[in-house]
Amino acid sequence: MSAPQTAVIRSLDPRITRLQIPEQLPEFQPKPPLDEWEPYEVFWKEKPGDQPIHVGTVHAPNAEMALAFAKENYCRRGRTAAIWVVRTADIFTFSPDDADMFATVPEKTYREPDAYKVAQKLLRFKRQHAAGESHGT
Amino acid sequence: MGHDPSTLAAIKDLLYRMADDSLILGHRHSEWTGLGPILEEDIAFCSIAQDKLGHAYALYRLLHGLGEPEPDRAAFFRDAPEFRCCHLVEYPNDGYDFSLMRHFLFDIAEQWRYHLLEQSRYEPLAQLARKVRGEIKYHVFHATQWVVQLGARGNQESHERMQRALEVAFPLALGIFEPVPYDEILEQAGIFPGERVLQERWLETITPILERATLRLPDLRSVVPSYGGRRGIHTDYLQPLLDEMGEVIRSEPDAVW
Amino acid sequence: MYGNLSIVEPLRGVEQEDPEKLAEFEERIARGEKIEPHDWMPREYRRQVLRMVEQHAHSEIIGALPEGTWITRAPGFHRKLALMAKVQDEVGHAQLLYSAAETLGKPREQMINDLLSGKAKYSNVFNYPALTWADTAIIAWLIDAGAIINQTLNSKGSYGPYVRALERICKEEAFHLKYGYDNVVTLASGTKRQRQMLQEALNRWWKPIMHFFGPPDHMSIHSEKLLRWKVKMASNDEMRQMFLDAYVPKIWELGLSIPDPNLRKDPQTGRWEYSDPDWDEFWRVINGNGPCNRERLAVRRMADEMGAWVRRALLKPETRYLEPLF
Repeated sequence: MSAPQTAVIRSLDPRITRLQIPEQLPEFQPKPPLDEWEPYEVFWKEKPGDQPIHVGTVHAPNAEMALAFAKENYCRRGRTAAIWVVRTADIFTFSPDDADMFATVPEKTYREPDAYKVAQKLLRFKRQHAAGESHGT
Repeated sequence: MGHDPSTLAAIKDLLYRMADDSLILGHRHSEWTGLGPILEEDIAFCSIAQDKLGHAYALYRLLHGLGEPEPDRAAFFRDAPEFRCCHLVEYPNDGYDFSLMRHFLFDIAEQWRYHLLEQSRYEPLAQLARKVRGEIKYHVFHATQWVVQLGARGNQESHERMQRALEVAFPLALGIFEPVPYDEILEQAGIFPGERVLQERWLETITPILERATLRLPDLRSVVPSYGGRRGIHTDYLQPLLDEMGEVIRSEPDAVW
Repeated sequence: MYGNLSIVEPLRGVEQEDPEKLAEFEERIARGEKIEPHDWMPREYRRQVLRMVEQHAHSEIIGALPEGTWITRAPGFHRKLALMAKVQDEVGHAQLLYSAAETLGKPREQMINDLLSGKAKYSNVFNYPALTWADTAIIAWLIDAGAIINQTLNSKGSYGPYVRALERICKEEAFHLKYGYDNVVTLASGTKRQRQMLQEALNRWWKPIMHFFGPPDHMSIHSEKLLRWKVKMASNDEMRQMFLDAYVPKIWELGLSIPDPNLRKDPQTGRWEYSDPDWDEFWRVINGNGPCNRERLAVRRMADEMGAWVRRALLKPETRYLEPLF
């Protein structure tokens, strides 16, 4: 029945009152670096045949926890067929300054089906073929 | 559904034990919502709490089908002596160590309970057991990760905390398997093989996991199980919890909320 | 739930930016392109977006507390589950928004430090108490309605990670609004005491709701540039008018009264007129002297301290911080 040493917060929220938070808090000590762990990237696919897509990030201490977190952080609604997680630090990418490496690709049309006008050539071929009659049976 | 009166009473008792456990544990877990150790875990644990309440709701619905009150009546209007939950779920959250250890000890038992019930001759419960299998699998994954990591892959402080939490929670957890007079009827009717079988399976499962977590399981012979809950004898924590949970709905008992 | 404080800080040092790069940046935005984390951006754009997204994140995590007040007392299974899911979403929004803010180069610890030390701001509404169950209904309906107006506009903004976070958030807010509305209509259709409880909650929340979109335009710093940069998407008064247009009729329809005798829509201008909602109070609350400011921060500090041993235990030496991709 002893009274608490220091006054505690009496909240409208009974959960908070139970925490016995002192009215006068000690001076704030900043959280140390990495106190919130490191980011992991989350990839998700909705249905079995889908491509996975990147949906966001979770902070976690390791891959197993990242997976445990990702499930409820990103898949608590709707359908999910699979999720992957990977440490952000393990993802390699080019610098945005290097995006000019991709700049001339759209010009290189010889990789594209549209670059080949076979139908026209074929038509021409057929016309010549009909005119010449060179290979009759 | 053609159950004789004693089998019916046994089924109801089993359902109340399960439903009350899930309700009270879900409620305790829900107290962490917005206050968890890190945002991501806050979200994960709240989902688990919601699942527990969902299971409780499903079980009270089965009871309602057997002539018991509606789920909201059953959950929010009864007082402690009418509850059949074990003491483990009644304890306040204290720290995250106790909450996680309780989550682990309870969910392994729950996973086995539902697994055994998948073969139950009481078909509605067998169906429910199959339905919740995946949810509980996630709960067990989550709980096991935490217990093993904080026990074996954390630091000395986390190891000590988890060991202490185990020592507090273990006798309470044995109360899950408190023998009930209905055990024999349930077994003979092919509804549930009984609490003794469940406890054996549970112990076989938690032992190697706790070893991996480098935590010492208290000696079963020196531990006094915390019994009474299944007979309506509860800790002092339950009635205040029920008063709080029912505060709004009981203020206008016949209103629609 | 929501965050933007709608208080614009004066822009600084834009004239020192490389004019060519600045022009290219502004053209991109005008074309409707999104700015991504590693793209060139004016320092001032980075500062303003970071400040806004960070405040939004703080508002979400603090916003979990007023409604959390009733988690252990929600009446019945459906309300209990829905309230938990809603508060969970607020925590989830904080998680998404902190990640979006991190892409601008500020680790989450630093943001939370600024919140816990009292340096950072968050939305004023969460410094008011949820006195009864009906308060949670009003919050879920009307505060979330305000949030949707704000966030839907912001989701058309220019910063890619923020926009993507908001798209996800807006989908969840639709559930919050519907849940809140259902809760309000249920109470309005209920017993005399339930109706009274609802009316009293509305009376309490009306002023914070009027404050929600920030001080009136004539009191605010105008920034054409922030509008042009698509950081701010509408003026405070515009958003407030949108809210009143959509929700006052819905409130009246339920037979509830709004505690402002001067509230009316001018048929000539089509604009809502209302009494001065006490902007002095708005500034008092924002400067830390609202009814719950102290408690809210103390609770966040306590929660952070209670979880510290868990985070410390699993922190590994090989941990490497890198800004998330988002």
